[in-house]
Amino acid sequence: MIRVWRGVGTGAGLFIILVLTLLALRLPVGDSLRLIWTGAFGDEAGVHRTLVRLIPLTLCGLGIIVAWRGGMYNIGGEGQFIAGGLVGCIVAKALLKMAHPPGWWLTDSAVLLGGIAGGAAWGALAGWLYVRRGVEVVISTILLNFIALQLLLYAVSGPLQEGKGQLPLTDKIPDALMLPRFNRQTDLHVGIFVAAFAVLAVFGWLFFTKSGFCLRVVGENPRVARANRIDAGRTRILAMAISGGLCGLAGGVEYVGVAGQLGNSFSQQWGFLAIPVALLAGLHPLILVLSGLYFAAILAGSKTMAGFTSDGTVLIYVVQAAAVLGLVALHAVRSRHPLATEVD
Amino acid sequence: MDLALLLVFSTPLALAALGELIGQRGGVINIGLEGMMLIGAFLAVFAAKSSGSLAIGFASAGAAGVALGLFSGWFTVKLAADQVVVGTAINFFALGLTGLWYRAAYGSTGKMLNTVTMPKVFGVDPVVILLIAATPAVAFLVYRTNWGLALRAAGGYPIAAEAAGFSVERLRLQALALGGFFAGLAGAYLALGVANSFVEGMTSGRGFLAIALVTFGRWRPLLVGLAALLIGYCQSLKFSLQESAVPVLWLLWACGAFGAVAVIVVISRKLSNQSFLFPLACAALSWLLLNSNLNRIEIPSQLWLALPYLVALIVLVAVGKGTVVPGALGVAYKRER
Repeated sequence: MIRVWRGVGTGAGLFIILVLTLLALRLPVGDSLRLIWTGAFGDEAGVHRTLVRLIPLTLCGLGIIVAWRGGMYNIGGEGQFIAGGLVGCIVAKALLKMAHPPGWWLTDSAVLLGGIAGGAAWGALAGWLYVRRGVEVVISTILLNFIALQLLLYAVSGPLQEGKGQLPLTDKIPDALMLPRFNRQTDLHVGIFVAAFAVLAVFGWLFFTKSGFCLRVVGENPRVARANRIDAGRTRILAMAISGGLCGLAGGVEYVGVAGQLGNSFSQQWGFLAIPVALLAGLHPLILVLSGLYFAAILAGSKTMAGFTSDGTVLIYVVQAAAVLGLVALHAVRSRHPLATEVD
Repeated sequence: MDLALLLVFSTPLALAALGELIGQRGGVINIGLEGMMLIGAFLAVFAAKSSGSLAIGFASAGAAGVALGLFSGWFTVKLAADQVVVGTAINFFALGLTGLWYRAAYGSTGKMLNTVTMPKVFGVDPVVILLIAATPAVAFLVYRTNWGLALRAAGGYPIAAEAAGFSVERLRLQALALGGFFAGLAGAYLALGVANSFVEGMTSGRGFLAIALVTFGRWRPLLVGLAALLIGYCQSLKFSLQESAVPVLWLLWACGAFGAVAVIVVISRKLSNQSFLFPLACAALSWLLLNSNLNRIEIPSQLWLALPYLVALIVLVAVGKGTVVPGALGVAYKRER
C-alpha cells in the first residue's frame, strides 16, 4: 500500500514539475497541457505516436537499469544504440543481396540479433576497460558515444551509403521486410511486443535468477560479493554486455521498425533520454514502463505544440533534470530509502 | 603546426580540467562539468552581446559557474546524493535550459551570433595568458597552502580532515564553487574566443574530455595542462587540415606527439608496465608510414573528428587508474551525528 502511495506521489510530483516548467517558459499552462494530452492520447494516431516512442525508451531504459543495478554507470546508451543500428544495417544489407531474400520474419530477427550483438560488443568494451584497466565507465561510455557517432557518419557517407551515392543515407529496406505495422497511417509496429517481452525477461532475470541476484549484489555491495566468491569482474562485464545489448536492440528495432535506413540523425537521443526514465522508475523494470509512458507522452504531445520546439527534446531535458533532482533531494531527505544506485 | 591554434583549442579543455581537478582533489567527481561549461558559454554570449563588453560576459559565466558548483554541491555534499546521478541531471538541465534560452533570446536555431572580437595580448587571447598563469597557481593552491592540504585530506581520507578540525562539507563546497568558476570561464572562452557564437550543445563532450584529462594528468595541475595540449592538438587537426585527403606527414606528427607523451607517461611510471608496448606501437606505426611509398592517403574526415575522443580513451587505457587517485573520490562523506 505504501508503495502505491509513493507511486501516486511521484506521479503528482512529475505532473507538478511539468506545470512548473511550462510556467517558467511563460506558456499558457491549460492550453499547453490540453495540447500535450490530445497529441499523446487524443486519438488512435496520438496513442500510436506515444507507444512508438515508448519502445526505444523502454529498451534503452532496461539497458540502463541492468548496468546501474550492477554498479556500472553506463551513460553510453546512445553509442550502443548506434552500434546496434549499424550492425543491424550490415546484416540487412547482406541479406538483401541474396538471390532469394528471406521473409520479413527471418530478416528482422537477424537484424535484431545483429543489433544486440553490436550493442553488446560496444557495451562490453567499456566494461572490460573498467575491469582490466580501471577506466571509469562514466567517461569511457561517453567517449565511446562520440566515437560511435562519427563511425555512423562515416558509414552512411562511405561503405554503407545508398546505391546512388548522393545523400548520406543507407538504402531503405523494402516496406514488406520492415516490422509489420498495426495501421498503415501510423508508425506503431510490432516492436512493441519485443519491448514488452524484454521488460518481462529483464524483470525475471534480475529478481528470479542466480546470475541476476549476483549482479545486484555486486552493484549494491562489492565486498559482500567478494566475501561470497562472486566474480565481480565477470559480472560487471556481463552487466555491460547485457546493457549494451538492450540498447543495441533498441537501435535495431528503430532501424527495422521506424527508420528503415540509417542517416546522420539516426539516433534521436534515446540513449540519453532513457537515463532519467530509468532513474525515476527506481531502476525497476516494471515501473520503467510507467515512467517511460509519461515521457513518451510528453515527447509525442509536444510534437503538436508547434513554434515551441522542433521535437520536444529540449523541454523534456528540463523536465527530466528537474524530476531527477527532485527525486534525489526527496530520497536524501528521507535517507531511510536511498536510491538503488547508492552504496554506503 | 600552428601554435596559436593549438592554444586556442587547448585552453577551454585545460581550464575545465583544472576546475575538475580541484573538485576531485576534494573527493567530488563533477560529472556535470559539461553542463556547467554549456551554461557558461550561453550566458557569456548573452551577457557580452547585450552589454557589449567581453569582461561582463566572462564575469557572468564565472558567476554562473560558481552558482552551479554550489547547486550541485548542495545535492552531492550536503545531501550526500550520488554524484553521477546529480552530475547527469545537471548536464540534462544545461542542455535543456540553454536550448530554451537560446530559442527565447535569438529565435530560430543555427544563427551565427557574432560577438565582440577579443583583443590580443602578445598575439594571443588574454584568456590563454590567464590559463598559463592559472596552472601554476592551482598547483600552488593545492600543494603549498593550508587550504590545499586540507582539501587533499578531504579527498583522500575525509575522517582525518574532520578530526583535524576542518569541515569536509565546507571544503568540498568551496572546491566545487572554484571548480564551477573554472568551468564557467572555460565555456565562456569556448563561445567568445573559439566559436564567436553559441550553438546548442556546442561543448560536444569537452567537459567529459576534461574529466578524462584529470585522470590522464594524474591529478596534478601541470601534467593536466600538458595533457590538455595533446587533446587540444587532436582537436585542432581537423581545422588545420584539408577535408578528406590528408598528407601522411600529419599522421606522423600525431603519432609522434602521441608516442612522445606516452613515453613520458611510461617513464614516469618507472618502466614497469606492459603499457610500455604502447609507445613502441606508435613508433612502429610511424616507421611503417615513413617507409610506405604513399605520400597521400585518404583519411575520412570523421576520423579526425573522432580523434580527440579516441586518443583520450586510448590514453586512459594506457595509463590505467594508477595509485594516485584520491582515496575518497566519488564517495559522499556523512558526518557522524
